[in-house]
Amino acid sequence: MRVAGKGLLDRARTVTFTFDGVHYTGFQGDTLASALLANDVRLVARSFKYHRPRGFLSAGSEEPNGLMTIASGAAQEPNVRATVQEIFPGLEAVSQNRWPSLGFDVLSVNDLAAPFFSAGFYYKTFMWPRAFWEKVYEPVIRRAAGLGALSGLNNGDKYEAAWAHCDLLVIGAGPAGLMTALVAARAGADVILADEDARMGGRLLAETHAIDGQSGHVWAATVLDELATMDNVRLMTRTTVTGAYDQGTYSALERVGHHTAKRAAGAPLETFWRIVAKQAVLAAGALERPVAFANNDRPGIMTAGAVRSYLNRWGVSPGKSVAIFGNNDDAHRTAHDLVTAGVHVAAVIDSRHDAPLSDMFDVRRGAQVCDSSGRKGLESITIRSVSGQDRLQVDCLAMSGGWNPSVHLACHMNGRPEWRADIAAFVPTPGMVPGLHSAGACNGVFSTAACLRDGAGAANRALDALGLKGAVPEMPEAEDANYNLTPLWAVPGKGRAWLDFQNDVTVKDVKQAASENFRSVEHMKRYTTQGMATDQGKNSNVNALAVLADATGRGIPETGTTTFRAPYSPVSIAAMGASGQGAGFAPQRYTTSHGASVARGAPMIEAGLWYRPSFFPTKGETNWRQSCDREVNMVRQAVGVCDVSTLGKIDIQGPGAAELLDFVYTGMFSTLKTGRARYGLMLREDGHVMDDGTTARLGDTHYLMTTTTAAAGEVMRHLEFAHQGLMPHLDVSFISVTEQWAQFAIAGPKSRELLDRLLDSPLNRDDWPFMACGAVTVQGIAARLFRISFSGEHAYELAVPARYGAALFDLLLERAGALGGGPYGMEALNVLRIEKGFITHAEIHGRVTPSDIGMGRMISAKKDCIGKTMSQRPGLTDKAREQLVGLKPTGAVKQLTSGAHLFSQEDAGVRVNGQGYVTSVAFSPTLGHMIGLGFLKNGPARHGEIIRMVDHLRGVETLCEVVNPVFFDPEGGRARG
Amino acid sequence: MRITCPICGERDRREFYYKGAAVALARPDPDAGPEVWDEYLHLRANPAGETRELWYHEAGCSAWLVVTRNTVTHAVLGAELAASVKGAGA
Amino acid sequence: MAELIPKSPCAGLLALTIGGMTASEVDAGMDAGVMTSLVPFRGREKAMSDALKAAHGMGFPAPGRATGRAGARAIWFGQGQALLQGPAPDASLGEYGSLTDQSDAWAVVRLEGKGVRDVLARLVPLDLRPGAFRRGHTARTDLAHMMASLTRVGENAFQIMVFRSMAETLVHDLKTAMEGVGARG
Repeated sequence: MRVAGKGLLDRARTVTFTFDGVHYTGFQGDTLASALLANDVRLVARSFKYHRPRGFLSAGSEEPNGLMTIASGAAQEPNVRATVQEIFPGLEAVSQNRWPSLGFDVLSVNDLAAPFFSAGFYYKTFMWPRAFWEKVYEPVIRRAAGLGALSGLNNGDKYEAAWAHCDLLVIGAGPAGLMTALVAARAGADVILADEDARMGGRLLAETHAIDGQSGHVWAATVLDELATMDNVRLMTRTTVTGAYDQGTYSALERVGHHTAKRAAGAPLETFWRIVAKQAVLAAGALERPVAFANNDRPGIMTAGAVRSYLNRWGVSPGKSVAIFGNNDDAHRTAHDLVTAGVHVAAVIDSRHDAPLSDMFDVRRGAQVCDSSGRKGLESITIRSVSGQDRLQVDCLAMSGGWNPSVHLACHMNGRPEWRADIAAFVPTPGMVPGLHSAGACNGVFSTAACLRDGAGAANRALDALGLKGAVPEMPEAEDANYNLTPLWAVPGKGRAWLDFQNDVTVKDVKQAASENFRSVEHMKRYTTQGMATDQGKNSNVNALAVLADATGRGIPETGTTTFRAPYSPVSIAAMGASGQGAGFAPQRYTTSHGASVARGAPMIEAGLWYRPSFFPTKGETNWRQSCDREVNMVRQAVGVCDVSTLGKIDIQGPGAAELLDFVYTGMFSTLKTGRARYGLMLREDGHVMDDGTTARLGDTHYLMTTTTAAAGEVMRHLEFAHQGLMPHLDVSFISVTEQWAQFAIAGPKSRELLDRLLDSPLNRDDWPFMACGAVTVQGIAARLFRISFSGEHAYELAVPARYGAALFDLLLERAGALGGGPYGMEALNVLRIEKGFITHAEIHGRVTPSDIGMGRMISAKKDCIGKTMSQRPGLTDKAREQLVGLKPTGAVKQLTSGAHLFSQEDAGVRVNGQGYVTSVAFSPTLGHMIGLGFLKNGPARHGEIIRMVDHLRGVETLCEVVNPVFFDPEGGRARG
Repeated sequence: MRITCPICGERDRREFYYKGAAVALARPDPDAGPEVWDEYLHLRANPAGETRELWYHEAGCSAWLVVTRNTVTHAVLGAELAASVKGAGA
Repeated sequence: MAELIPKSPCAGLLALTIGGMTASEVDAGMDAGVMTSLVPFRGREKAMSDALKAAHGMGFPAPGRATGRAGARAIWFGQGQALLQGPAPDASLGEYGSLTDQSDAWAVVRLEGKGVRDVLARLVPLDLRPGAFRRGHTARTDLAHMMASLTRVGENAFQIMVFRSMAETLVHDLKTAMEGVGARG
């Protein structure tokens, strides 16, 4: 119910929203949780396993119970914590994990079967029969034990990733964080202050403490006003710092658009930040612990601090008659605030015998709440004390087992927190994350005044490290009360006492885990699933390990904590993958002929990041093979044009260029004449083939290397390593010119004729033998011409500055058309090279040596080169190795498939009999049948042998003849002529 | 993770390419024998503590670096140009 | 006869104005856009710098710096490398180092306006705070998985370069980031 005169809400602005289809009204500034409580909605969810009724346990991001699905359709978002979700007009929230409705949930029968569902239930139950694993158990469990579901539709929401850099990142904007930011900002540091809440202030918004005589939230607003005016401060609200990583990198999730129905066009829903901070201060506050007692999970039972938050910040009392159960002085504030606000407080039940008394409310010292009742919400509690048991009619119980500092981020680099017995809690061990200091409640400092002091101190430690001079401002007057806690983890007694509210893990489960020898806290966690819910144990870990410590006769520090891992609170995968949606996934590289190729109807295929045309369909062609066959014939009989700009081109210059090339290639390049190109084979140091290509000598100290399309980046790295790492004495430089030149293959018997009609002066036959290269001009534009061939035909590659690429492609096609030629794509290019036995990365796939591809003799004996020594290992030159062969089908089945395995004719087609495999296949229109390249044991000696090819995946089997891998024009007369 | 490139300054790790142990800088003579080559190519220490590795500032200045790093604490202790520490990884 | 008409890398893609910020192609008409990489030979670094100064009025840039001004700039472009942007390189430069024509290799975009730092924060991992990345500072970096060169050329103006073939991706990513920043107002 709403409490008059309380809360930091704008009561002039009402907001209407729906929950499970019912309309409710709240105020601007309400969370979904506060608005539902204001409307007396207590039952908001069902628990994971037993489907027990659940109400809000907390008022913050640690909420384990109040998970809801927000919105519908593609944007439907499950498992949103209602305590974090701000309401806005038209907000739709729906409860989860119930059927058919929240009030009547069929699977709540699970609760009656609870004895079957104890710790280790999954491990014990789903052992047998084996056949049930996938068909029965998994679907049933998935349906029964569930959270919300995604829509399954493609979500069009935009997610964004961004970087931020600062001197000091302050995590949390409560009293400690605000003071840290203020001191550091005034000293001139670049400060980012991030807080997960929509409104900064932390507990100052939830408590009634005064600072310097004014309300805490007013002091916070004053500080924030000052910070907002400073250029060196960036305030990030709704931003949860979720992880601490190496070298001062922090991840943070900003919820940009979840609080409004009206998002500007182009605005993201969430932004995932990577914040690089020289120093950081963790001022993340503390989370209050529940107390475990029988049936402590009913709607209406929540933490005492949450009751104060709802009352003081949102003007809501979660009940009409409230009891408080605690073990520390802080809990008494709840009663004080409620009574002051006019809410009935039935009693304060304090387990301490020396608890302070009050004239405002009834305090029952040395008493404990040992049970509760109420079917879908709390109706009464049972109190046990030395004088016996009695029942109290209340609809809300505020419980406090003390506070756990939020040490999480300080432990993200595998550090373990320290136990402090005086506050019965873990605090950060200094130095666990380099450059991260802790301040305030997360550092085990609880009074407002102490938080302010601690914040100033942390700021000064950070400023020291930054080399800046800080000043301690005059500390404002603030509450400085002692905390006075006597630990109470679990109230003894019968009945199930909840530790983990979402995953239904009780005290009994933890004890059972211990008795079944899952004594390590990590084992207990996994055996019971405690701490594995969406709150990751924020509400249950310390309580559970205290119970485990007790059950195993150890102390809490010896029992230890589980490992803290990022993220601190859930982060959507969409946010982490932001910028990877759709076209943003990877850069797309387009050649200058892309537009013209697409315009001609060519399907584009990916080659690395590049897009290349598969084939160019013409009228009447209904499948790719028709186009491909035509293009192959066109190149063999007339002339074809193909964009080969995607091949890597590296400009290699300097006095050391020749020596470097001799070192990275198996062959000699220092002897190559200027104006000539040579085929080069590049090895890895382990003696296997890395890449191949032609390299041209453009001048005495100037070479141009080409690489395969896919390996361009790898080759550049390799060259730089060979130079910088192994031959640093050489004066040589490598510049990628892949993008500078648009390069086109012009292949076929009419290629020279085409060029003669295109170039500014015709080619002199004597100047242009096979493998010649040099400068030419096209319409006055300086171009480069290479007489090289990947098709086996008389062919050239013509390169022009890329700005002319699109125009040159059009021009080439026009010229080719006049000669009965045209463009050809990757399919035809592949057929042409297979007919010639030319290799690509299908053959040089990383496990192949020079001798495997018949190029063992290309390793020059006159010099060392990378990979030379190791390529000569006996195992890499053994004739029995699988070596390159050609294949042609001879059996009834005339099909070859790449990836198929080769066997001797008489052997069964099983692994142990494997003789090799097929790497590339094509239908050769030139030869009229399929051809293939592959690797076969002792292959070159087996030409003429009939072997068996078996493709187990596609179910293809055929006989084929082992042949010379060069199927067409083995003498090479066509290319040279 | 961030590495301070001697040329470019402190940069995020996504600008870098990782190769492996700095041992790769100490390339044996061609005739050093199979044991030496085997060790150079295949044998790597796996220290819990300081290690020297090759990183390539691929999206940055194209320098190959020897980065000294602690595998336990993840501390990056230094980075120097590979060209100036030839063979130092051995 | 068809003419060899030049086409700039971002032809048809730019300019783009969103949220008061503009992305435009530098030298989209390509009337002056010569870009040449300069790599001095060992021991000739100073001679190269002197020749550069004599011929084009700016020294060889130190790592992370750009010298010269709009229209004639030398941008540090990697270890031992600068990119001369604007004038055709004087023949004297070839005596002191290796020259490579890069005029057509890069898409060059100028991003300008209040808020462009926030746009770049969505694309590059660099610290671009005014104190850390001043006018005349340059960096080679990773821009949304693309190798890039970024130079601050004004108070709220940057020059961005990526490989020519990725111009469309650059514009797509810039547009997305500009819309995200623009929408926040």
